[in-house]
Amino acid sequence: MITLTPLRAFNVPIQAPCITPDEFANKSVAEVTKLPVTEGNRHVTLGDLFKIEQNASESSSITINGECSKVKRVGQGMTSGEIIINGNIGMHTGEKMAGGKIVVNGNTGGWTGSEMKKGIIEIHGDAGDYTASPYRGNDLGMKGGLITVEGNVGTDVGCYLQGGIIKVKGNAGRFLGFHMSEGAIYVEKDCDVRAGALMTAGKIVIGGKLEILPSFTIDSIKAKVKVDAETTVQGPFYVFLGDLSEKGKGKIFASKTNNPEFKFYEKYL
Amino acid sequence: MSEILIKNGFIVDPINNINCEKKDIMIKGGKIVEKVNETKAQIIDASGKLVMAGGVDIHSHIAGAEVNMGRMIRPEDHYKDPVKKTTITRAGTGYSIPSTFVTGYRYSEMGYTSVFNGSIAALKAKHLHEELNDIPLLDKGTYVLMGDWWFVLENLAKGDLNECARLVAWLMQSTKGYGIKVVNPGGLESWGFGRNVHSLDDQVPNFCITPREIIRGLIKVNKLLNLPHTIHLHTNNLGIPGNYQTSLETMQAVEDLSTDAKPVLHITHIQFASFKGENWSKFKSGAEEIAKYMNAHTHMTLDMGQVTFSDTTTMTADGPFEFSLYELGGHNKWVNSDVETESSGGIIPFHYKKNSPVNALQWSIGLEIALLIKDPWKIFMTTDHPNGGPFYDYPKVLAWLYSKKAREATLKKCHKSARKKSLLPSIDRELTLYELAIMTRAGTAKALGLTNKGHLGVGADADVAIFDINPETLDITKKFRTARKAFSKAVYTLKDGIIVVKDGQVVNSQVPGRTIWVDPQTKDPCRIDEDMKRKFRDYWTIEFENYPVTDNYIKVSDRLVRKASV
Repeated sequence: MITLTPLRAFNVPIQAPCITPDEFANKSVAEVTKLPVTEGNRHVTLGDLFKIEQNASESSSITINGECSKVKRVGQGMTSGEIIINGNIGMHTGEKMAGGKIVVNGNTGGWTGSEMKKGIIEIHGDAGDYTASPYRGNDLGMKGGLITVEGNVGTDVGCYLQGGIIKVKGNAGRFLGFHMSEGAIYVEKDCDVRAGALMTAGKIVIGGKLEILPSFTIDSIKAKVKVDAETTVQGPFYVFLGDLSEKGKGKIFASKTNNPEFKFYEKYL
Repeated sequence: MSEILIKNGFIVDPINNINCEKKDIMIKGGKIVEKVNETKAQIIDASGKLVMAGGVDIHSHIAGAEVNMGRMIRPEDHYKDPVKKTTITRAGTGYSIPSTFVTGYRYSEMGYTSVFNGSIAALKAKHLHEELNDIPLLDKGTYVLMGDWWFVLENLAKGDLNECARLVAWLMQSTKGYGIKVVNPGGLESWGFGRNVHSLDDQVPNFCITPREIIRGLIKVNKLLNLPHTIHLHTNNLGIPGNYQTSLETMQAVEDLSTDAKPVLHITHIQFASFKGENWSKFKSGAEEIAKYMNAHTHMTLDMGQVTFSDTTTMTADGPFEFSLYELGGHNKWVNSDVETESSGGIIPFHYKKNSPVNALQWSIGLEIALLIKDPWKIFMTTDHPNGGPFYDYPKVLAWLYSKKAREATLKKCHKSARKKSLLPSIDRELTLYELAIMTRAGTAKALGLTNKGHLGVGADADVAIFDINPETLDITKKFRTARKAFSKAVYTLKDGIIVVKDGQVVNSQVPGRTIWVDPQTKDPCRIDEDMKRKFRDYWTIEFENYPVTDNYIKVSDRLVRKASV
């Protein structure tokens, strides 16, 4: 087990895709110290920025202690092992990850779990914009895995989702599940406008308030909905089908109790 | 300028009938000469290597408004393939729509020295030339979209060929273009009204003219102006199943215009125009019919438009075609535009996949046509960059052409329905280096009417490519991967007698390359009167005075004067 502690406060963005259990495996502390990272436009080594300590335990996990919201691409492409971050972490955390687990006891920046295929990301704070969404322009979103967020998430979460589960305990921003084609998103509290825009399939469950786009149509009222094997949410829920502008068959489950203004839809049932 | 002597290489020069002979090439003042001072000259030892003229690409979308729009809508295409700066080259991005500098570097690394841009609307010509200026190491030219330009349509409908020719001459001078490009004639004008033309005899709205009349008219205009290249045609019904019949009808419609067996028409990216079957589920290859016709006639040249299985970006002036592709391809992001009174345009990212029955068969069709046409002077190698695949895939296409083993290796991975329908297993032909040289440089240079390119005879431009292929020891048909690698990174590329690439790396990026354009000299100028200017005011967004590309837009101008017969 390796522990990283920042030696000082970081002022400029740091690109550190090398902080993954795969990269650290079978490396001594001295070797890990020499791994290259960039700080702004300068090439430095990991040892220049972090105090690196090795614990006796053999497990392939990495612990980062401290404020790291400028540090980007931690856990990029990881396939196994565990990263525990006690503090905030920057953008692209767990991008393209294909296995393992990342636990963040703090907030994350944008594009957390972007294009991930497998694995688990647990965020015990807030997650930034574009969580689980591909980088700009790309239409290949998250394919599998699980992201759980205890706090709120920003805008454009779960864009182009092609599989996997996103669970949010707090609120969500605009364009939740934009263009999604599979998978499920569960937001326990409120959701900003345009949830599910251009979705073609998949499931969005909102426990709080939301706005429904005019391109969605009412389908039914359901007493409960299953998000994944562990989570079944008690309703009742209005079920909306859409996005019809893309001939979509996606479903938005909107809480009946928290959205009384949707009552007028009932006459179309 | 320094003298260079290339010693002991195996020369392949089809224009001068040289096939893998050991000879020396002498270069002085940017030209190939008979003799140099051997003691002073820089000597390049090419023993055991293949020496060819620099490649000439007849159709590749490397610059212009739609190329740039494609760059804008595809950030994901760029961050997949960043190119770092070196002490010699600039930074940029690659993949399906590379930045201007990277376009120049990567073409040069493959031994190409001249590239002709697929199309540009006259209105966007200024933008085009600014981009061409930024593409180093290559000589460039462009075809200008004229098939739906209002003045052309008006004069052809009136039957006034001479005035039409004078207008075309004026347009060539004003846009600094190299040839006449016709895209889906009549269809682009119809697209302005949400319609398309579906056969050679459909009427174009408001103009009382048919695609057949436009094609025939412009061929006659091309002859009157004595332009170096034939007209460059993207056929009607492109990309629609069953369109091989439209292609054949087009070929038949212009048979009588050819004299002395000279080509009068170049049909570009023929692969997209050789589809058989009533719909996509009954999609079949029309390669046999096209090849049979081509083998019996001499009035045409073609280029392949080969599909190479990559995540690419389709872009064409054929707006209605891109619309149907958008409907077909699952509603990806896209651009469709109407270029005022001249053309239309569309751009859609597209991923050609081996496991798609249609895409895999498209791959097969391109190769079938190239292999079934017996005379390599009639068909040239392109991918219609970036429509079938980016130009860096050319070595792959070459490998499929010269090695049956390479074709079989790819066919094995293709969708089984495509495997069943493909004619490739029945074709044993493997192209020789001589034939490859024709399809990539000699034939294209000849079709473009470039007398000092595509060969290594005395007086030719000193554009030379040297590849690490020894024809005596390397059997390219068996070791296709070794040869493919050699074709993708030239050992040396010389542009105008200057070494620009060595061992597959750009070593000199300061050779700007020329912009070649044709200046047809008519006896009388075209009628530019108040009526024409009024039309510009009424129908174009820019004034007549601001329309032409002035000389200062072109960094290195290479003007080709042609005497017209009107």
